[in-house]
Amino acid sequence: MPIKISKETADEQIRQKVKEISGEDFQKCYQCGTCSGSCPMADQITVLPRRVMALLQLGRKEALEEANTHWVCASCHMCVVRCPRGIDIAKVMESLRQLTLRKNEDIINPSEISKEDTAKLPQVAMVSGFRKLTS
Amino acid sequence: MKISYYPGCTLKTKAKNLESSALACLDALGVEYEELPRWNCCGAVYSLSDDDLIHLIAPVRDLIRVQEQGFDTVLTLCSMCYNTLARANELMKNDEVKRGTINDFMDEEPDYKGEIKVVHFLDFIRDEIGWDKLKANVKNPLNGMKLAPYYGCTLLRPGDVSIDKSNSPVVFEECMEALGAEIVKFPKAIECCGSYQVLGNPEAALKVSNDIITEATAFGAEAMALTCPLCDYNLGHRQEEMLKKYEGTKALPMFYFTQLMAVALGVDPENYNLDLNQAVSQEFLKGKNLLEKVST
Amino acid sequence: MTEVKAVEIKAKLIPIYIMGKKYEVPETLTIMKAIEYAGYQYIRGCGCRGGVCGACSTVYRKPGSYKIMSGLACQTVVEPEMYLTQIPFYPAIRSTYTFEKLTGKPEEVFDLYHELFRCVACNACSKVCPMDVEVMDYIAALKRGDIKAAAEISFDCIQCGLCASRCMGELPQYHIAQLARRINGRYLTPQAEHLKTMVANIEAGRYQESLTGLKVMDINMLKETYTAREMEPATGGEDWIPKENIGL
Ligand code: SF4
Ligand code: SF4
Ligand code: FES
Repeated sequence: MPIKISKETADEQIRQKVKEISGEDFQKCYQCGTCSGSCPMADQITVLPRRVMALLQLGRKEALEEANTHWVCASCHMCVVRCPRGIDIAKVMESLRQLTLRKNEDIINPSEISKEDTAKLPQVAMVSGFRKLTS
Repeated sequence: MKISYYPGCTLKTKAKNLESSALACLDALGVEYEELPRWNCCGAVYSLSDDDLIHLIAPVRDLIRVQEQGFDTVLTLCSMCYNTLARANELMKNDEVKRGTINDFMDEEPDYKGEIKVVHFLDFIRDEIGWDKLKANVKNPLNGMKLAPYYGCTLLRPGDVSIDKSNSPVVFEECMEALGAEIVKFPKAIECCGSYQVLGNPEAALKVSNDIITEATAFGAEAMALTCPLCDYNLGHRQEEMLKKYEGTKALPMFYFTQLMAVALGVDPENYNLDLNQAVSQEFLKGKNLLEKVST
Repeated sequence: MTEVKAVEIKAKLIPIYIMGKKYEVPETLTIMKAIEYAGYQYIRGCGCRGGVCGACSTVYRKPGSYKIMSGLACQTVVEPEMYLTQIPFYPAIRSTYTFEKLTGKPEEVFDLYHELFRCVACNACSKVCPMDVEVMDYIAALKRGDIKAAAEISFDCIQCGLCASRCMGELPQYHIAQLARRINGRYLTPQAEHLKTMVANIEAGRYQESLTGLKVMDINMLKETYTAREMEPATGGEDWIPKENIGL
């Protein structure tokens, strides 16, 4: 899919915010695709991590918001330990989640977890899940 | 040497089998430990936002408690707790500015500078006991058990808190080998089970967990050793769902590595708490005739 | 009849700020009385006036400090330049349940209050608690399923709700703790044997006869019986036992 670039499509704000929240410089990414090749969720996400980095470099806010990548990312850090440019991609994904969560929006509703699931789930699942997916 | 022990929430309920077996092993190996008298949930995941310090308060508070307790090392069993505590500790050690902010925020607690050493059971056994001593204590070797040790993510990544080489670890295999098991190495042993996505995207988590199990089985594993209650849930307790959804998946017995160690060291079976494992795991162990040997 | 004379108020007047507005009030008053002195009338936010009902939680700040302090309006004495407001109610979530249907498992608490797992251990709750309850600690205990510990740590809670007002995880700590205490009382604490026996005795009609007798007794006879009742003598000593020993 070709990516159209122009002044109008580049959102400087999202680039700045992601840099600020993650403390990472996605500009360093040279598009080798090691992250995409390492991602265990690769076949579950709509945009592979390499492409997320490209979209960030181009400030493609809408495309980033439409992607499910950061919501399916499990913070497993496989891409992080393999990135030849030393970018902490997990932190970049976290910043994309934070852009939504910080608006007081929840991705899952804790109260909706069924009684049956609650009876089975280990506490660590709820602690980590709520941390990552609620505001 | 006496160390502090940090359990983590799940080890007091669903993963009691991880705690009770591990503590029995420590006793058998002559390690002295004392549970932190006052501790809080570490938060399970480390804060990945550069500007978010509030989520570091929980793990740092626990480290302060260890300091108050008077020990210089804290032992963890759950790998999520290990990761969260170890990473928070690294930050407190190395980032002077953030350390200051965090210490100021907790004005009711003494200051902390990252002096505590956070270890996981596996690297503790490797570094403080050694494989030779472990081997020497084996009374009931896991001979002939084709075992696939599964690391998951948080013991190995990111690199600064990894208990071994992030991409090619051996510590888990060496440990289980010392107990007499036949090691089945498989590539996905260091891949993610889906973690907290069991809440956000349960189907995606099921898929990656299923991939891990089928690969281990294809490599010849007849059982898997785990270090984390969340892995145990995703890989173990969700197997029923996998068997229904995926053709060709076979049930794979799951154990906490400390349970297998407890069997090998011949400690009282009461400490295995096998009733918390799935039925297939219980049957598997019975089939191996290992339990009988212990009780006689 | 003795005449009641108006007593002149000698207490010094000090300035305080109620919801941002300045009032001069006698320095000896509690916040609650000061608010009334200033002309407000309580419809909500006041109950027992004795520090046990938790209706009058108040937050305040003293000049020169950013610290938000807390107290019960009926127990805390005003201080000069205090900035204060009451928080009579906090809209924290409160789950409904049929208590008899619970069995006392931690998972039942988790199911009624999933938010429990959003605690970040910031300790703002313990800092604000007017009863000095270690709120964060009882939440930590509950997260690991230790209902008994939570019930014990939260014992002094008066359900004022201030903890919830400060919680960054948006937990209704006090409601969860109340559930824990209920479960602890009913399912986790061993039942007193003598109480069980007594209840069984009563149900079997132990007092039926005397109760029916009392119901038909005329007033004089009632008075007589009352005066003649067996009482513990002032010099009874520790091993005194009533003639009619009911076994409690
Ligand atoms: S625990 Fe909460 S509700 Fe209970 S007294 Fe303390 S602040 Fe009030
Ligand atoms: S205020 Fe809320 S988040 Fe903070 S320690 Fe108390 S319960 Fe936990
Ligand atoms: S009015 Fe009841 S506690 Fe203050």
